[in-house]
Amino acid sequence: MTVTDSHRVVEAVWRIESARIIAGLARMVHDIGLAEELAQDALLAALEEWPRKGVPDNPGAWLTLTAKHRAIDRLRRRDVYERKLQEVGREMELRQESAEAELDDALDDHVGDDLLRLIFTACHPALPPESRLALTLRLLGGLTTEEIARAFLLPEPTVGQRISRAKRTLADKKIPIELPPPADLPARLASVLEVVYLIFNEGYAATAGEDWIRPSLCEEAMRLGRVLAGLMPAEPEVHGLLALMELQASRIPARTAPDGTPILLLDQDRSRWDRLLVRRGLQALGRAEALGTLGPYGLQAAIAACHARAPRPQDTDWERMAALYRLLAHLTPSPVVELNRAVAVGMAYGPARGLEIADSLLEERALRGYAQLPAVRGDLLAKLGRLEEAAAEFGRAAALTRNERERRLFSDRAAALLRDLADRAGDWAIGH
Amino acid sequence: MRYLVTLRVVSQPGGPPPADLMEAIAKLGQEAAETGALLDQSGLAPSSEGARIEVSGGRLTVTDGPFAEAKEMISYALYEVRTKEEAVEWASRFLKLHRDLWPGWEGEAEVLRLFGPGDFAPPA
Repeated sequence: MTVTDSHRVVEAVWRIESARIIAGLARMVHDIGLAEELAQDALLAALEEWPRKGVPDNPGAWLTLTAKHRAIDRLRRRDVYERKLQEVGREMELRQESAEAELDDALDDHVGDDLLRLIFTACHPALPPESRLALTLRLLGGLTTEEIARAFLLPEPTVGQRISRAKRTLADKKIPIELPPPADLPARLASVLEVVYLIFNEGYAATAGEDWIRPSLCEEAMRLGRVLAGLMPAEPEVHGLLALMELQASRIPARTAPDGTPILLLDQDRSRWDRLLVRRGLQALGRAEALGTLGPYGLQAAIAACHARAPRPQDTDWERMAALYRLLAHLTPSPVVELNRAVAVGMAYGPARGLEIADSLLEERALRGYAQLPAVRGDLLAKLGRLEEAAAEFGRAAALTRNERERRLFSDRAAALLRDLADRAGDWAIGH
Repeated sequence: MRYLVTLRVVSQPGGPPPADLMEAIAKLGQEAAETGALLDQSGLAPSSEGARIEVSGGRLTVTDGPFAEAKEMISYALYEVRTKEEAVEWASRFLKLHRDLWPGWEGEAEVLRLFGPGDFAPPA
């Protein structure tokens, strides 16, 4: 095995084990930054030792054990030892053997709780959102700072600063690494789910042909979603978010043409949708539904499921979708949700009803400059035969969007409508 | 990236698999699911309950199992991971359990990558 080979094995094992190792160490040393440092030390030791001595039979256990020894070494060192002594008091006054036994416990048991504590701490509201993202990917995803920077199209030092500042904030504010008290759980869980969904959307927004690491953020987010679903099986929104991500991701193979042009949902070749993700997404949605009332993520998943369940676009249950958007608008009122509802209502009850809703949004501040508003209105107007107005709306949408391919899509649509308009005028001339 | 791992048995001692092994396999499966890597998996019934369909010389033939070859496929697993090494690591853990808990068992796992959207992406 070459050095490169064994480095790749180390990376693979690191990716599988790092979150659990860091979580166990964090429980012991009460400091996420220090825990990560210790785990990194173990990783460096592996990178140094495995190429020479071969990959150990149980590489995960090797990393855990090495990290544990590093932790003990650190705790032995006076400065750290005394600092920790003050912080945790009696707990660390144990003799070294019992400290070691305790470390064993910390690393072997409570793995699930440790991971949850780590997740809730990394997504703590005391941290700015961008730091929560970076810290979560770093600590739970096992991504390097460089990978995170590439994924978010940011300079590496920026991400490095975010991570180190986040760790310092957690230490300075003495934020304990613990599960939120029951009263805070809904808000804190919302923060965790938001982080995961932001990671997903960053990947989902990436276009084909970009650096592979950006689209792979979707996989990363789904993986975190699956971890959460395993750790908090009784939370409907955890399953709801996982369902939403899996159903959306199921369309990735179908949503761009070979030349990279985006393909609208209703025009997609559904045979290219990822059946496994559809099935898993529907199962996760079923679990969310079985647990009680759907929250915002569950409702969005239920909406996505209306598409996933329809073998052909004309099979879509638009009435159900319109009703789900109504519930979603009730839970999380927003002009964007309303605009989506306009589309569903237009499909379910005719373009005039949809346009009514879309028109009511024209004065919305939040939608000013939002290309989708004229695009939706253009589509509804076209269906009503108001081609000239429709073409003007698509022209407006083309001018507003910042996405080059989308711009072309809108201008093409405007041009096609103007051609139809000219044809219609021609027919009129011939007929009369 | 998705990887399909198939497991074939070359030879195994008589009798049912040891309870320890089954327990360890269940634990490993749970671990793989909890880390979000395992998407799907199942054991496979003996090929005596299956069939094989072949095209040869322009003729289609359907033959009921069991299949003649020595290596029976006994399970598959589908992982979503970032690198081949990660899939190899999970498959290795699976085989190590067999090695350590069922002396005399011999078999092999194959790790194959599934095509994904990236394989059909336009050049950058």
